[in-house]
Amino acid sequence: MKQTARIISTYAADSSGVCSALYELGGMCVIHDASGCNSTYHTHDEPRWYDQDSLVFISALSEMEAIMGDDEKLVRDITETALELHPRFVALCGTPIPMMIGTDLPAIASEVEHRTGIPAFGLPTNGMHSYLSGAGMAFAAVAGRFADRSLRREPGRSVNLLGLTPLDFSVNGSDGSMRSILEGNGFTVISSWAMGSTLDELSQAGRASVNLVVSYSGLTAARTLQKLFGTPYVVGVPFGVKFSGRLIAALERAADTGCCGAAYLRRPREARPALTLIGESVSAGSLAAAIGEEFGRSARVLCPLETEPGLLAEGDMEAKDEDDLIALLKPSDHILADPLYRPICPGGSEFYPLPSEAFSGRIFRRNIPDLIGSPLNGKGSINL
Amino acid sequence: MLKRIGAEPDETGAAVAIKDAAFPAPFPSGLEYGAPARGMWNIVHTGMLLPEAHQIFVCAAGCLRGVVLTAAEMKAEERFSTVEIREENVLDGDMEELIIDGVTDILNKLPCMPPAVLIFTSCIHHFMSCDLPQVYRVLRERFPQTAFTDCYMNPIMRKSGLTPDQLMRKQLYSLLKPRPKDPKAVNLIGNDLPTDASSELVRMIQKNGFRLRDITWCRTYGEYQEMAEASVNLSTYPSAVAGCEELERRLGQKQLYLPQSFDYDEIEDNLCRLAGCLSIDAPQTAPGRARAERALQGAREVIGDMAVSVDYTATPRPLGLARLLCQHGFRVASVYLDAINEEERGAFGWLRTHVPELMLRATIHPKMRVLPRAGREPVLAIGQKAAYFTGTRHFVNIVEGGGMYGYDGIARLAGLMTGAYLEERDARSLIQAKGLGCACCI
Repeated sequence: MKQTARIISTYAADSSGVCSALYELGGMCVIHDASGCNSTYHTHDEPRWYDQDSLVFISALSEMEAIMGDDEKLVRDITETALELHPRFVALCGTPIPMMIGTDLPAIASEVEHRTGIPAFGLPTNGMHSYLSGAGMAFAAVAGRFADRSLRREPGRSVNLLGLTPLDFSVNGSDGSMRSILEGNGFTVISSWAMGSTLDELSQAGRASVNLVVSYSGLTAARTLQKLFGTPYVVGVPFGVKFSGRLIAALERAADTGCCGAAYLRRPREARPALTLIGESVSAGSLAAAIGEEFGRSARVLCPLETEPGLLAEGDMEAKDEDDLIALLKPSDHILADPLYRPICPGGSEFYPLPSEAFSGRIFRRNIPDLIGSPLNGKGSINL
Repeated sequence: MLKRIGAEPDETGAAVAIKDAAFPAPFPSGLEYGAPARGMWNIVHTGMLLPEAHQIFVCAAGCLRGVVLTAAEMKAEERFSTVEIREENVLDGDMEELIIDGVTDILNKLPCMPPAVLIFTSCIHHFMSCDLPQVYRVLRERFPQTAFTDCYMNPIMRKSGLTPDQLMRKQLYSLLKPRPKDPKAVNLIGNDLPTDASSELVRMIQKNGFRLRDITWCRTYGEYQEMAEASVNLSTYPSAVAGCEELERRLGQKQLYLPQSFDYDEIEDNLCRLAGCLSIDAPQTAPGRARAERALQGAREVIGDMAVSVDYTATPRPLGLARLLCQHGFRVASVYLDAINEEERGAFGWLRTHVPELMLRATIHPKMRVLPRAGREPVLAIGQKAAYFTGTRHFVNIVEGGGMYGYDGIARLAGLMTGAYLEERDARSLIQAKGLGCACCI
């Protein structure tokens, strides 16, 4: 049956995606929620919580406040805290009950901005979509609100990284590796959305000659920046050695021609692919392409998250529920996925664990390899 | 990294000297922060105490995430399933159907039918007035061999009637079926952690020939059902009282609340009331009391004037513990809590009078995110939140009283304090594991 999971996990939700995307930018995120979203976020979805301070709070909504529609308390609480803690901006996002009672989050944010003078925006999350949706909204809001519109694309090779959060890339150095590989190939990294960059650096995004979208969550921001500055974008993650070279070439081409698109869609195909990957469309698609380049093996992607048809290669499929996945996994002899998918894999299939924070949280964090720009069959890699 | 734009905030609003503190709410309510001290049990941990039972949560994905991963971290995925609520379910109003079909689908897929199923519904069901009685009627007809009970993950109700924690500790016993009463059987109800066998409470019951049962000791569903035979149910944890009262109403088991206490008079009174209830002789408490005194004195000699900090996750009576420690010469500098239980009114009054400068510090106030966590002086912390906020490596790692009770518990706690003083511990890794005392793969 759709919507049931006998045994598998569930992905981080949209509100966590918002907080993860904005975590390092000096703002204040408020999840309009009774309780629970906070501990879920900081326990399972945010590996930076213990060591890196960021202002993420819940509103602690109560039954009576919900029934009485007491938005004034929310406005007052946010205003008071913002005036005490001086964040660069305020982001307000929602959960199921605010959605059910029709809370107007943008209007509340507008009122907060009016009272504090601090930029504020409301993001219509409701806890019923994945982190990709929430992070995507957050990145798009930052692009729309903070990108310096007086800037122009500069000549030469420069790039913004869009859609980079620990939910997809953990805190294992992948973000630094992406910078290194781009810089090593002559690109200046203007900003990284949003690990390792400040809000001021993000505001400079208009200077870049091209954008690299490393997860579906970065796509809306890429389109916003394209609209604002004419910046083309390439979608893909520089996994492995050969595929990263292909991706760099695609970035150079896009910077020169203005053409946009996903760089990982071309890869070996077979009627019965040698390997099935389960994961986020951009990451899994890129890894499938990298595996094709390095091992010559065909692979297909099963995507259980939000995506777009243009981000899936021929033969890739969306599969949102446990039953869908079980049916689609039946013909698979080799499966690469988060370890919490293992119980639904067919008996006798070979399983290659590749943990994702977005699915299994912190459980396997120490086993998440940095696959950026390095051989895929090395020590600590995926070892097919 | 967060860059502070304005001046570092002062602690106004997030900390107050007890002489100036309001009772029972010393801090204003507002936005809330969550510290990464995660040893307290949640409803999944508690639900797993019911042997052989299967848990099914029916919620939005965002709410499922935390509970799914709690089960996964316990390596208990086989006993845990979910039904995800999506936007169309809210709009279409087919919530009853979703629960019935979802639970049916899951149960039909399990390798064997569990004897009991805990179904957790959420805030959404409450706000939609979901017809839960009808849902359970249909499920009970469909699966007559399985016992279903209604559990709740509805934190929005935490200020309306029973809290989710109280409800969970009540519903955990709702599947007990009436049995003939055994006058020599007693239950401990509503604790997540087993009470120490060395405590006066346990020894008194067992020494007098009573059979003592506790869900934390049950290994099978059958053993759990034997709890229905008890004539008396005891609770020692505040959130367990509602469950005991319900069992008295439903099964006719007499209930007695004997709170975990650090007050000698209350400890004596608890044990005397227990003796009266079981019609046994009042215990000889002088030796236990003397042992507690000696242990406290010994700990004081080792710890000296080092500042002590207590938090509400270590014990339901943090102010009572602070009072006991102050009475025995310890320098208690702060107590971390967000509200004060009515049971602590006496300790609050005593501390106000005798230690007026004792600081009460919030744990959820937004400023706690940015206030300095490494103090100006070395601290011995009792509890994970106190350890986190003071930045100390000298701490007693317990939650919910740690199974300690009475004079025996005080003596054991004094020993743990001495150990914490003498040996540093890695707070960062210890306090981040969920559900202290549960299996946890982190």
